[in-house]
Amino acid sequence: MIEPSAASVVPSTDPSTYLPAQAITGDLTDQLLETDFWTDEMVAGAGIPIIDVPFVTVGSGIGSFVTVDYLRIAGVPTSQIRVLGALDKPWQTYEYLTRVSQVPRPERLRSDSASRPDNIWGFPSYGFAEGVRKFNLKILWQLFSEPIFADYYTPKAGNAFEQLEREKNRIGYDEMLVKGLVRVVRRRYGGGYFTILTPPEGASATKRVAFRSQYVHVAVGYPGLKFLPELQRYRTENNDYRHIVNAYEAHEHVYERLMQVPSTVVVRGGGIVASRVLQRLMDDRLLHGAQTNIVHLFRTYINGPNDGYGNEGDPRPGGGKPRMFMRRRGGDGWAYQGFNYPKSVWGGQLKAQVRKLDGEQRAEIYKRMGGTNTPWRKLWQKQMNQGRREGWYTCVVGAVEDMQPNGERIVNQVRTAQGTIPIEADFVIDCTGLEADIAEHRLLKDLLEHGGVTRNPVGRLNVDRSFELIGTASGAGAMYASGSSTLGGYFPGVDTFLGLQVAAQEIQADLRKRGFGKRIGPVRSTVQWWKWLAGSAP
Amino acid sequence: MLPTLNGRLQTRIFMLVVFGGLITLVLTPILPDDPDYKTTYIILATVLVLGIIWELIYHGIQQFRWEKDWPTMFGLITAINEGALVWLLVDIGAVPGIDADSVPFWAFFIDFSVIWFVVWIWTNGPMRVPFIRWRFFGGRII
Repeated sequence: MIEPSAASVVPSTDPSTYLPAQAITGDLTDQLLETDFWTDEMVAGAGIPIIDVPFVTVGSGIGSFVTVDYLRIAGVPTSQIRVLGALDKPWQTYEYLTRVSQVPRPERLRSDSASRPDNIWGFPSYGFAEGVRKFNLKILWQLFSEPIFADYYTPKAGNAFEQLEREKNRIGYDEMLVKGLVRVVRRRYGGGYFTILTPPEGASATKRVAFRSQYVHVAVGYPGLKFLPELQRYRTENNDYRHIVNAYEAHEHVYERLMQVPSTVVVRGGGIVASRVLQRLMDDRLLHGAQTNIVHLFRTYINGPNDGYGNEGDPRPGGGKPRMFMRRRGGDGWAYQGFNYPKSVWGGQLKAQVRKLDGEQRAEIYKRMGGTNTPWRKLWQKQMNQGRREGWYTCVVGAVEDMQPNGERIVNQVRTAQGTIPIEADFVIDCTGLEADIAEHRLLKDLLEHGGVTRNPVGRLNVDRSFELIGTASGAGAMYASGSSTLGGYFPGVDTFLGLQVAAQEIQADLRKRGFGKRIGPVRSTVQWWKWLAGSAP
Repeated sequence: MLPTLNGRLQTRIFMLVVFGGLITLVLTPILPDDPDYKTTYIILATVLVLGIIWELIYHGIQQFRWEKDWPTMFGLITAINEGALVWLLVDIGAVPGIDADSVPFWAFFIDFSVIWFVVWIWTNGPMRVPFIRWRFFGGRII
């Protein structure tokens, strides 16, 4: 067992804090890289200083933050936790991705009112707090009547970030943060793990620093973006990264250009990002005078009740028949759903149901409730209707077979039910949101190859109901993972604010059983809530 | 709310026993036309027993919703059907231990409405403070 009081971190040059180190470079050796289980001597022998701390979380994004928040509320002191990662602020990557995909701070996220990563109780919800603070009866009415008579309430991105900042300061997050990159976590001979951090240059005397811990939590987020193959080919062959953009890349130049020159834009995809990008294009046209023609390209056109397999009438490869009790609203190409998942995955029937399923059955229900979808919002509907009426918003259903340059423009050859038609456009914005395989991430790849990690029925990290990574146990130590890389497990909705909290709760409960942290029972929970409200440290 | 059937039943019983019990205790002496504790508690028990049947019906209705959720508003407006049925049964003397026409309407109305409203408010927020697992487990308490 690691002595918790021995945990003093922040990479320092003071050799007295290091375990037997030798005057060498302190880098990973081939021997280390090839070995699945490391001994203390092997690490020390490579000259890598070892820092003891009971719990490390790798990632430093919102997944790390939410997990640490739970642990702090469960009474774990900051000295027993280290957050390893490259981000200064937990919401940094998230804010970047939302901003470029057209949800800047004043806009609203696609997230439930009670899903707040800065408050494990979800009370008061964002909506209740906003409604009461501003005495805004419209918001309170919206909360009461959603989703029947009003669109779902969703919080403003800026508010979510401000509240996260408040909670970050409250729990002493910065005391726990150690900046650097983590590409290797290995099991330790004798129990626990070594997490190898590469600090920024000059921050430590050696190239690597090893954190020796009983517990490791991995929350590294999306492994990366994946482009549609034909878009990627066009971009590389024509060396054109200006006219074909992914919605998750900074692409403000497109909107700027559209304000100056009447143009045609092809938008691909039918999800929330497509909705946001369309709204930006339509706002620019309706409010700021842009003369943009929008061609919206759907691969699957939803024309009515649907599920993850598509329209009710569509053929279902291996998926059985549409079910009376699992039908989603849809129309005009879109499948409509308030949030990323049917709401009950975060606590109700679907959560309870999936928790019991394994293998193919689990993959099947993921498929059935999945499929690209977007919320029905009054404003979007109004703008799209106007666009259809006035002829500047058109839909095409099909697959792009080929793309060729034509001067400054791009000709998309689209195979439709009526044959292949050419669509010429000035810009293509890819909102299909493909994610790369988890093995694209160096740490996850290393864990798959050397850490005992396996894949779940949908190909991501295989975690148990407690979010422990199956196959990674090391003596009395345990490794956990949460976030998008664990999609496909016993709990759907992992890649959302609330999903991270569901995971954090399970992880905290499991750690408590192992003797790390206290139980959050009704008394502790209530006392801690008051502390949260008052803004005092947990 | 995102209830499972089990969670619905548990939450219903918990709320009516705790809040229903306490509020009835406090309100009964000050209700109009002086109903006695026996009457108010029998009515509370009636709401609970019928409520279990209602929950089965609500669970059935919920199956038609893609989200499998139970909107906040539903939690409040179901007071109307439930209250009306209980009042009807009380008034015609169908509830054991209570004679027909013996319960003053306003006493029933106030007691029922106050309990319902407090339970609805509590369920939609403060409940999450002491019971952090409750909302993630379909409203189950145990």
